Amino acid sequence: MNKNAIVVNNLSKQFGQFKAVDDISFEVAKGEIFGFLGANGAGKTTAMKMLCGLSMPTSGQASVAGFDVYKENESIKKNIGYMSQKFSLYEDLTVRENIKFYAGIYGIAPQKIKDKTNQLLQQLVLEKEADMLVSQLPLGWKQKLAFSVAIFHEPQIVFLDEPTGGVDPITRREFWNLIYDAAAIGITIFVTTHYMDEAEYCNRVSIMVDGKIEALDSPGNLKKTFNAKSMDEVFLHLARKAKRIE
Amino acid sequence: MSPLRYILEKEFKQIFRNPAILKVIFIMPVIQLIMLPMAADYEIKNINIAVIDRDHSAVSNQLVQKITASNYFKLVSYDNDFDAAMESIENDKADLILEIPKNFEVNLYNEKESKLFLAVNAINGVKANLGAAYLTNIVQAYNADFRIETLTPGRFTEMPIIEISSSNWYNPKMNYKIFMVPGILVLLITIVGMNLSSINIVREKEMGTIEQINVTPIKKAHFILGKLIPFWVIGIVVISVGFLIAWLVYGIIPLGSYFTLYVFAAIYLMVILGIGLLISSYSENQQQAMLVTFFIMMIFVLMGGLYTSIDSMPIWARWFTRLNPISYFIEVMRMVVLKGSRINDIAPQLLIMVIYAIFINTWAVLSYHKRS
Amino acid sequence: MQKVWMKFFFIWLEKQKELNSMKQFYHFIVKEFYHIFRDRKTLFILLGMPMVQIIIFGFALTNEVKNTRIVIVNQSTSATAMKLVEKIESSAYFELYSQTKDPSIIDQLFKKGTVKVALIIPHDFAPALIAQNKGQLQIITDATDPNVATALTNYLSVIIQDFQKELNPNNIIPYKMEVDTRMMYNPQLKGAYNFVPGVMAMVLLLVCTMMTALTVVKEKELGNMEILLTSPINPIKIILAKAVPYLLLSIINITTILLLSYFVLDVPINGSLVLLYAESALFIMVSLGLGLLISAGTDSQQSAMFISLIVMFLPTVMFSGFIFPIENMPLPLRIVSNIIPAKWFFIIVKSVMIKGVGIQLVWKETLILFMMMIFFFTMAIKKFKIRLA
Repeated sequence: MNKNAIVVNNLSKQFGQFKAVDDISFEVAKGEIFGFLGANGAGKTTAMKMLCGLSMPTSGQASVAGFDVYKENESIKKNIGYMSQKFSLYEDLTVRENIKFYAGIYGIAPQKIKDKTNQLLQQLVLEKEADMLVSQLPLGWKQKLAFSVAIFHEPQIVFLDEPTGGVDPITRREFWNLIYDAAAIGITIFVTTHYMDEAEYCNRVSIMVDGKIEALDSPGNLKKTFNAKSMDEVFLHLARKAKRIE
Repeated sequence: MSPLRYILEKEFKQIFRNPAILKVIFIMPVIQLIMLPMAADYEIKNINIAVIDRDHSAVSNQLVQKITASNYFKLVSYDNDFDAAMESIENDKADLILEIPKNFEVNLYNEKESKLFLAVNAINGVKANLGAAYLTNIVQAYNADFRIETLTPGRFTEMPIIEISSSNWYNPKMNYKIFMVPGILVLLITIVGMNLSSINIVREKEMGTIEQINVTPIKKAHFILGKLIPFWVIGIVVISVGFLIAWLVYGIIPLGSYFTLYVFAAIYLMVILGIGLLISSYSENQQQAMLVTFFIMMIFVLMGGLYTSIDSMPIWARWFTRLNPISYFIEVMRMVVLKGSRINDIAPQLLIMVIYAIFINTWAVLSYHKRS
Repeated sequence: MQKVWMKFFFIWLEKQKELNSMKQFYHFIVKEFYHIFRDRKTLFILLGMPMVQIIIFGFALTNEVKNTRIVIVNQSTSATAMKLVEKIESSAYFELYSQTKDPSIIDQLFKKGTVKVALIIPHDFAPALIAQNKGQLQIITDATDPNVATALTNYLSVIIQDFQKELNPNNIIPYKMEVDTRMMYNPQLKGAYNFVPGVMAMVLLLVCTMMTALTVVKEKELGNMEILLTSPINPIKIILAKAVPYLLLSIINITTILLLSYFVLDVPINGSLVLLYAESALFIMVSLGLGLLISAGTDSQQSAMFISLIVMFLPTVMFSGFIFPIENMPLPLRIVSNIIPAKWFFIIVKSVMIKGVGIQLVWKETLILFMMMIFFFTMAIKKFKIRLA
């Protein structure tokens, strides 16, 4: 059995003349927390969408959970979870209804949904809010809930697209605790972020500039290579080369 | 357990949590079915007439009496002044002017040509035409009476006369409401169905939830069915409310069977909802979807045979109405409700709708891409 | 083409900017224009809608009777009956669908909807006409549509009466009153004279009321409203800036409608063009005010649309008088019709455009529209202020 959850070889995506993703290659090991960094417009989201089967690659190869992104994108979907920067729960459904709906789509048995929902609500301390509309929850809670929904069906890999945008440091911390919990049960985490402190939490990070991967290593090694004190400095060093602006 | 069940559960919950939709389901039918038929009365009556009588004879008096005694005309002025009468047309107080010239009676008795002058405000051509026709009929009827009274018997009876009797089937009282209500019912479920379905998918696009759906292993057909079925149920509810109002308020009970109507409505709804979903999946935002829906609906409704008869349209327009689902349902509705047509009478229309429904919905499923 | 046009417009806006110092207001308007021009589909429909309406109304919607299929139940074998059938067949109004002896076919054909009128010529038609000077015919119509039924009966009767005259060409009818009819303003009885003003009212309402309401509500829905409202500009100006592009689009639409109706449909413009545009501008303002009022009271695009549909579109179709005659309605509805802006605009356009009257005959209607405009704007601003406070 392959030890890599994600394998990407020379993957590109072109919109007209614009190369959003330009010939990237990398591997993500099973159980790894993989940080996918880059400035706005560097091509992170586009790359991620190709891996999730939301967007068709222009060229190159990639496999996710052992499935090919071109031909087996529906099989990929059974094995991944996804949470986007655009908030993805239904605001006009309650917490419980959202969980039930998404779990139902993945074909989880009704009894299992029920048991697991209660367990989850307890874990998130959302029991009192279970029958409240999602629109009434504060943003931080919504994001934690969205993440829990994204891994409810126990996927092999979960893709997180800037999951902590716009929330306070404490909530971000709590969110990362959830990520660690998920990684602990063997879920591979693929996360894009702006926050360099979050990059420090990852096992390995890649830094994208203008559609290309400019660096890929553990945070410690990167700091060494670039002779920097923090990931922030590493990032600024690389991102300064960028020609694209959003 | 099929994922479809969960999709349906979610869609129904969302619909019933939206106050706007509930209003649409219950208020629209009531307003439309109660107000529209009352307003949509084409029968021309209460035509305002200004009479200029320069003759002031017994004949002219009798004629004016005949005119005012009819249900069609309302006398708004009766004097000698042509300019005043003209002005009453200009400011919309009068729709037509009848001028009875001097010596009208004398000329009539002398068997000379005796002419009346009629001026009609013809901006609304239909009304003008009917108004003039009614008035001419009254004059002719009076003329006939006058002739019989005045004629020496036996003098002109050699002339062969063709008598025409006419009967109006299915609606002998020529009740306009009986004609309009079934048509309006069609309009109703079309507006509700198409509007609701056309903004649905695009709304998920605008909210960003569609992306979350697209990363799930959900089947395209399930997704589309999950959108269709709730609106289909709503459509059936709305039409039932409509039938109820038609019966309670207008006493309209179909001569044919409700079963036939429901069968047709069920398939018709699939077509309408399919069109709505198609619009939705091609639109980028709700505003666009609404505008396109509105545009298409306007053309469908105007050319659906509700307001003007399809037979009098030019050939290109008649060809177009064959693509217009509304025109089929209005036709079928009238056939079943007023004439008692049975399912085999409407079989051709039904078949076309089935083909239409399959075509549109296949297209809708195909046009929904989970991957860009 | 569009780019040149856009450029021209922005130059014009630039000038305006120099004239007054409402620099921010100008930027907001430009932003709104970018939104509209970027959404090509919407723009295409907004500008294409009046054209399609004019064409449909102008060419497809008539109440004329033409080529109507008729079934003749001819039980008479006489030459006279044959002549009558020929005469009907050769008229432009009717097209002979079939000729039989069996009257039961009528019901079948009517039920299928293939034929709407039938003529029965009884077997003793010719003998009776000769022996008793009296022949009898029967017209049967499918009266599900009463107007069509009436029209068909009338047309068929006219043909038969003509036929009767031809039977005895030398006869003089004594004591004859004749009516000499003159159709004023619209001698050819074209439908266009009535619907062009109606289409104008409908299109303006749609563009101004619905689109404005939706644009403003969309900002609310997306949560941009807070961002805009925290900018240093006066919130009322932000909202007004959203309405300005639609005002311009509407003026283009009016021009399209007028050009098409003048050159394609031959509808005359008898009155002053300046007055016509001024009145249209007034009506546009009324519609914009209504749109802003709707947007002030709703939170989702869906509700805004349904309210626009229920409050504005249906009543306009029903009560403006352009499809259904107001004078036929029961009193309560006639009273209701007075609060529909489109009714007044419809009267004004008919009077100015077709009858060619001046302001002195439409000042009352103009004043009513003006009051409505003031009312809608005051209400809208008031509502927004309450929400913003």
